[in-house]
Amino acid sequence: MIRFLLTKLLYLVPTFLGITFVAFGFVRVLPGDPVLLMAGERGLSPERHAELAHQLGYDKPFLMQYLDFLVRLLHGDLGNSLVTKKPVLTEFLALFPATMELGIVAILLATLIGVPVGVLAAIKRGSWFDQVSMTAALVGFSMPIFWWGLLLIIFFSGILQWTPVSGRISLMFFFPPVTGFMLIDSLLSGQKGAFASAFSHLILPSIVLATIPLAVIARQTRSAMLEVMGEDYVRTAKAKGMPYSRVVMVHALRNAMIPVITTIGLQIGVLMAGAILTETIFSWPGIGKWMIDSISRRDYPVVQSGLLLIAAIVMIVNLIVDLTYGLINPRIRHK
Amino acid sequence: MKLLSRSLLAVSALALSAAAPAMAKTFVYCSEASPEGFDPAPYTSGTTFDASAHPVFNGLVEFKPGTTEVEPGLAESWDVSEDGTVYTFHLRPGAKWQSNDIFTPTRDVTADDVIFSFERQGDAANPWHEYIPGITYEYYTAMEMPELVKSVEKVDDLTVKVTLTHSEAPFIANLAMPFMSIVSKEYADTLAAAGNKEDFNNKPIGTGPFKFVAYQKDAVIRYQKNADYWGDAPKIDDLIFAITTDASVRLQKLKAGECHLMPYPSPADIEQIKADPNLKLDEMPGLNVAYLAYNTTVAPFDKPEVRKALNQAINKEAIIDAVFQGAGQVAKNPIPPTMWSYNDAIVDDVYDPEAAKAALEAAGVKDLSMEIWAMPVQRPYMPNARRTAELMQSDLAKVGVKAEIVSYEWGEYLKKSMEEGRKGAVIMGWTGDNGDPDNFLSVLLSCASAQGGGANRAFWCNQEFSDLLTQAKQNSDVEERTKLYEQAQVIFKEQAPWDTLAHSTQFVPMRANVTGFTMSPLGDFTFEHVDLTE
Repeated sequence: MIRFLLTKLLYLVPTFLGITFVAFGFVRVLPGDPVLLMAGERGLSPERHAELAHQLGYDKPFLMQYLDFLVRLLHGDLGNSLVTKKPVLTEFLALFPATMELGIVAILLATLIGVPVGVLAAIKRGSWFDQVSMTAALVGFSMPIFWWGLLLIIFFSGILQWTPVSGRISLMFFFPPVTGFMLIDSLLSGQKGAFASAFSHLILPSIVLATIPLAVIARQTRSAMLEVMGEDYVRTAKAKGMPYSRVVMVHALRNAMIPVITTIGLQIGVLMAGAILTETIFSWPGIGKWMIDSISRRDYPVVQSGLLLIAAIVMIVNLIVDLTYGLINPRIRHK
Repeated sequence: MKLLSRSLLAVSALALSAAAPAMAKTFVYCSEASPEGFDPAPYTSGTTFDASAHPVFNGLVEFKPGTTEVEPGLAESWDVSEDGTVYTFHLRPGAKWQSNDIFTPTRDVTADDVIFSFERQGDAANPWHEYIPGITYEYYTAMEMPELVKSVEKVDDLTVKVTLTHSEAPFIANLAMPFMSIVSKEYADTLAAAGNKEDFNNKPIGTGPFKFVAYQKDAVIRYQKNADYWGDAPKIDDLIFAITTDASVRLQKLKAGECHLMPYPSPADIEQIKADPNLKLDEMPGLNVAYLAYNTTVAPFDKPEVRKALNQAINKEAIIDAVFQGAGQVAKNPIPPTMWSYNDAIVDDVYDPEAAKAALEAAGVKDLSMEIWAMPVQRPYMPNARRTAELMQSDLAKVGVKAEIVSYEWGEYLKKSMEEGRKGAVIMGWTGDNGDPDNFLSVLLSCASAQGGGANRAFWCNQEFSDLLTQAKQNSDVEERTKLYEQAQVIFKEQAPWDTLAHSTQFVPMRANVTGFTMSPLGDFTFEHVDLTE
């Protein structure tokens, strides 16, 4: 197991180095000059432009800039935002808990609904439940998130007024962040109604963010289950008179979980992409919205270091997923 | 689901009623973006000024609400020397600095604070010039303050003398702009001693109507009424900015009562807002202009008669209807009608495709093909440049001119449109900074601004026109200046370096119970006079 872990960790090093280059290069190949964007319609004299570019180090050759970036990275310096002038890491740490909270709730929602629906659709293959749920999954998978979020807001918050429109908690609650997770902080604050408010603010965004992963997980669970249900050992279990529920839950589901867990792990990346739109619609102060704003302003340090941090998180999650295989299927960890 | 939300509602209602007696009068503004910081000097966006300069700070002089007229701020009065180069400001006695958890002021506003506010921006040797790595003072530079301000001296604690290198009338309007907010030298010294200079930008201390309380990045900014404010105390106790970037979501929040006022609604939502009995809508012509700038250095656009003929070919009314959805008016001058010195006697080039065709023929222009540049982004003066360009394209086709629409990413667009020898005509615009006509005419149309780094995208240099601007700039008599600018507008119309397209209308939707809000022609959002009835 230790060796398994070490090999996995070793693979991360070149991957991470590759990501630093991609993250650094990505924002620079986009057309547009951060210095000029700051000046807007007014324009900037060539002298002033050169002065500012020099100050920011953008007049150096590309590779030199990249090396500078790597050296600073090794010293733990992710740079300062061009816009707010604040350290990128400070901003990231202030915003990341919001994204993580939303992401965790969304992935839990997607898994807790997606897996049972997939199992049920598989064992009742061809039934009305199978057809309805798989059609719904197809629709969910193809849903344009921005439109879907707005639709839910207009219906549930606008017309029915059941849920708040946007934000993380009602503005009447004001307490300093402790963990950054609003559900926990609202409980810690001891203010009456704070937790309920935080919870109600999470409902719509987590539904929106969970929609695509839920659809994918349900479909993947169904097809994995169908495959496993046709295996010899399942037939044997059925033949020896084992209760059907036990056959499904123990013999079939456990074996079907390997591709499902892979899918769930891969959904973390999808979730990051979805978070960008979801956070924008729901004014959710997380890193998705932060990245979008920074890309449009060509805030080089934020984009390159932000991408790096996000990539690192996705890599760690995938590592955890890989380790989970070992727990479920001992053959993998002994290989 | 239904049951759950009902109980949720019940819980929040309970919390609301429980908290009600202790709740002060709170005004919530659904702002459109996050501020870049809270020190007004290093930044240039209106969003940042709405969150920093307007609630927390004061300038020596300020814009009178709803106008671009300058009125006293921290300076009660000022004298200008005969030659217009020396300004003596008499400060308001007893204007108090705010306090926070790390700073308690020991004195009121003095000349030292004023000098510090100038020097930290203008003097690179000042220890506060670059108090955060990479910080610059773009507005101070752009308004040419480094060349203009010769010295700032203390006469006594409440008197400051500013000497200019030459007479310049718009100087006083520059001082009313947010970047010239007066900051506390004592606060700066305290922070420097404690070694946390960055807090100057994170925890602002000013003299304004509201005290900064807290900012949760990208989410909420909280302010509290400043009980020691030297002016009329605000009627609301707490001011909250709920940052909501999407216009449709802002409107939903406003309708749900989650905020009281919002900026920048989508033009498509205006009718819906007007029909809602819980909402009301203020509107005002914006201090802006959208235009199509020909490259006057490239044939055949170097001939005024060709430019005028093209102007006649373009149906601007149709653009107002289709693109601005009525929320704008046709422009005939380069400055908006709300600005002083607007020359209303000028007659616009009338839309007349036949006459345009004839004029082009007379000028010897045949089979003309040109580029029309359309910016990729929505701007306050232009909701949809692409659509505008398409309408122009079809108008021009009617007079036999083939137009190709080109576009670039916004930063590239800004750069390439100012490159020498640029082909065709660009759609551009401008929003005024300080309400002075010079801020439109000199920035966009003078000979100096036709050089690299300027903003004269027609590359139009008319010496007579530029001389009029220079004369007007050096004269502090508003009546005389008005005459000069009116004359300049006549030359502009004859020469037609642009097709002046539109002045857009600004809308501000708010809850019906909001009173005392005044729209600013400069596009500022200030809440010192707002109140909530009921």
